[in-house]
Amino acid sequence: MGSLLRIVGQRLALGFLTLVVVSFVIFVAVNAMPGDFAQAILGQGYTEEAGDAIRKEVGLDKPYFVRYFSWLGAALQGDFGTSFAQASFTAYAGTGTGSGLGTVAAQLAPRFENTMFLATVAATIAVPVSLVLGLLAALYRNTIFDRVVNIFTLSSISSPEFFMAYILILLLAVLNPLLPSLSNIFDGMSFADRLNRTLLPALTLTLIVTAHMMRMTRAAIINLLASPYIEMARLKGISPMRVIVVHALPNALAPIINVVALNLAYLITGVVVVEVVFVYPGIGQLFVDAVKNRDIPVVQACCLIFAGAYILLNLTADVMSILSNPRLRHPK
Amino acid sequence: MSALTTIAAIVIISTLGGWMFRFAGQKGSQNAPYFRDMPYGVAVGYVLGAIVLLWLAKTYYLGTTLEAPASNQYFFFVKAINLFVIFALAAYVFRIFGRHVGTAGTKKLFRAMPVTAAFGVMIIIAYAVTAIFAGVIAPHGQDQVFALANVVPGGDPALGGNPDFPLGTDQIGRDILSRLIYGAQNTVGIAFATTLLAFFIGASLGFLAATLGGWVDQLLSRAVDVMMAIPSLIFALLLMTIASAWAGSEKGILTLYMVVIIAVIDSTRVFRLARAVGQSIVVMDYIEAAKLRGEGLGYLVFREILPNATAPLLAEFGLRFCFVFLTIASLSFLGVGIQPPLADWGTMVRDMSQFINFAAFAPQVAVAPLLAAGAIALLTVGVNFVVDWMLHKSSGLKE
Repeated sequence: MGSLLRIVGQRLALGFLTLVVVSFVIFVAVNAMPGDFAQAILGQGYTEEAGDAIRKEVGLDKPYFVRYFSWLGAALQGDFGTSFAQASFTAYAGTGTGSGLGTVAAQLAPRFENTMFLATVAATIAVPVSLVLGLLAALYRNTIFDRVVNIFTLSSISSPEFFMAYILILLLAVLNPLLPSLSNIFDGMSFADRLNRTLLPALTLTLIVTAHMMRMTRAAIINLLASPYIEMARLKGISPMRVIVVHALPNALAPIINVVALNLAYLITGVVVVEVVFVYPGIGQLFVDAVKNRDIPVVQACCLIFAGAYILLNLTADVMSILSNPRLRHPK
Repeated sequence: MSALTTIAAIVIISTLGGWMFRFAGQKGSQNAPYFRDMPYGVAVGYVLGAIVLLWLAKTYYLGTTLEAPASNQYFFFVKAINLFVIFALAAYVFRIFGRHVGTAGTKKLFRAMPVTAAFGVMIIIAYAVTAIFAGVIAPHGQDQVFALANVVPGGDPALGGNPDFPLGTDQIGRDILSRLIYGAQNTVGIAFATTLLAFFIGASLGFLAATLGGWVDQLLSRAVDVMMAIPSLIFALLLMTIASAWAGSEKGILTLYMVVIIAVIDSTRVFRLARAVGQSIVVMDYIEAAKLRGEGLGYLVFREILPNATAPLLAEFGLRFCFVFLTIASLSFLGVGIQPPLADWGTMVRDMSQFINFAAFAPQVAVAPLLAAGAIALLTVGVNFVVDWMLHKSSGLKE
C-alpha cells in the first residue's frame, strides 16, 4: 500500500510542477508581445504622464520576475488582475478599479460556472451512452451493427466541431424547433430553462466525445478478448454477454477510466468552438473575444484555467489507472 | 404526446417483432444454426434496423413526391440520402476500377480494400486534383466581387438563383463555387505544408534525441512534456494573439505565423513517436557499424534511421494531417486563422453561418455554409477511413 501512495504522490507532485512550468510558459509567451500597452490604449492621446499612470495601474512598471510571481501568487488566490479592456474604460471614465467590476475574476466567475455546467451536462449524457455502445460494439464485433456504428463514430470524430454544431442547429432548432439555437443564459434562470438552453451545445460536445470514448472502450475490451482466461470462460459455455460484462469488463476498467478522463480533458478544447457557435456565455467565448481584443490578463487567466483543468484531468486519468490496476493494489 | 406513443409503438413492435422474426427464421430455415443460436437482442436489433430503414424510405418518398421538392422541409433529408447513395456508388465503382486498372501492386491493394477505404482514397485524390488545378477549374477568381450579392444556391431563377453562379454568391458578391474550389488549394495546401513542417521539426528532433540521448534527450523531452500539458487549440490561440500583435496590420504574414505556430505545437506529437521509433532503431547493429565507420550525426539521422522509420511515420502523417487541418479550420472559424482575401472553408462557414436560420422556409439559402463545413468534414472523414483501414491491416486487432 505504501508504494502505491508513493507512486500517486509522485504523480501529484509532477502534475503540480507541470502546472507551475506551464504558468511560466504562458507568462513568458504573453510578455513577448511587442509594443506598449499604454500607447495602444491611449492612441493619439498618449502623453508621458498618462502612459505612466496606466502602466502603474496595471503593474507594467515592475521587473519581469516580480511581475510573474505577483501574478502567480495573486492567481492562486483567485485574483487574476484587471481586464485591460475594463482598465482602459475606467481610465477614460476617471473612476478607480475599486468597484470590482473590472477585475478578471469577476468576469470569469459566472462564466466558469456556466462552462462547468455545460461540460457536466455533456459528460452526464456522453459517458453512459458511449460505454453501452462500446460494450455492444465489442459484443457484436464485425457485424453490420459494429460497422454502422464504426462509420458513424469515425465520421463524427473527423468532422470539425462547428460542422456538427450547425447540423444539430439545422435539425433540432431550425427545421424542428425543439431547442433554442442560441444559449442565452443569465442569472436567476430556473434549472429546467437553463438545461433546455444548454442542451444543444451539450449534445454537440456529446456527439464528438462519445465517438472517441466508444471506440476506445471497444478497442480496450476487444484487446482483452484474446486472453486465455476469456478463452476459458468461453469454453465453459458462458454466454457472450456474460463473458464481456463479468470477465472482460473488470479488467478493461483501467483503460476505460483512462479513456473517460482523457475525453473529459478533450471536452475542454471542444468547448471553445462550441461556445462560440452557440454564443454560450462560458470561458471559451470569453477567451476567443479576449484573443481578438488582445486583452492580456483575460487571455492569461483563461489559458491558465484551461491548462489547469487539462492537467488535472490527465492527472486524474493517471492516478485512477494506477489505482484500478489490481497488480499495484495487491502487491505480492 | 404523439412522440411518446411513437416511441412506445416502436418498443412494442421491436420486442414482439424480434421474437417473431427469430421464430419465423427458425421455422423457415429448418432450424439453421444461424437462427437457432441467435440471441434475442440480435433479433430485436434486426427489427429495429428494419424500422429505421422503412422510416428512411418513407421520408425519402415523401420528400421527393411532395409539391415543390426544392423548398419543402425534407429538402436536406433528400439531399443527404442522395449524396450518401452517390458517394457509396462512386466508391464502389472506384474500387472496381482500381481492381482492373493500374499496376499489379495497386490492383492487389484494391482487392482487399473495404468500400469505406476506397471512398477515402477517392476523396483524397479528388481533393488533391481540385487543389492543384484550382486556378483552371474555378469559374471565377477567389476574391472577385460581383454586383450580385446573396444569390441563392441552386441556379434556379425562380428561387432567387442565377445560372452563372451555380452555388450562389456570398454577402459581398463573391462566387461561392469558386471560393470552395480555391479553398481546397488554400486550406488543404496550408494544412499540408504545416504538417510537413511539423514532421520535419518533430522527426529531426525526435531522432536527434534518440541518437544523442543524455541531456539533449532529457531537455527536449521535458520541453515537449510541458508543451503537451497545454491543450493544443488553447495554446495555438494564445500564440496567435501574440502573433497578431507582431503582425500588426499585415494580415498576410499572420497566415505564415499560424503555419509555424501550429507546426511547432503539432511537432510535439511527432517528436514523441519519432523518439520512440528512433530508440528502437538506434540499438541495431547497423547503427553501431555506421558509428564505427565514423559517420556524422546527419548521416546517422537521415541515411540510417529515417529510411527505417518511414512506415510508422507515414501512418502517423495521415492522422496528424487531419488534426492540423481541423485546427486550422477551427482557428479560421474563430477568426484568427487564414486571413482574407484568401478563400478558406473555416472563414466561409463563419461568414455565412447565419444563413442556416433561413432553412425552415428557404432551404436553398442554408446550403452554402453547410457546403463549406461539409468540405472540411468530407476530407477528414476520407483520410480517417484510409488510416483506420491501414491501422486495421497492420495491427493485430483481428478478433
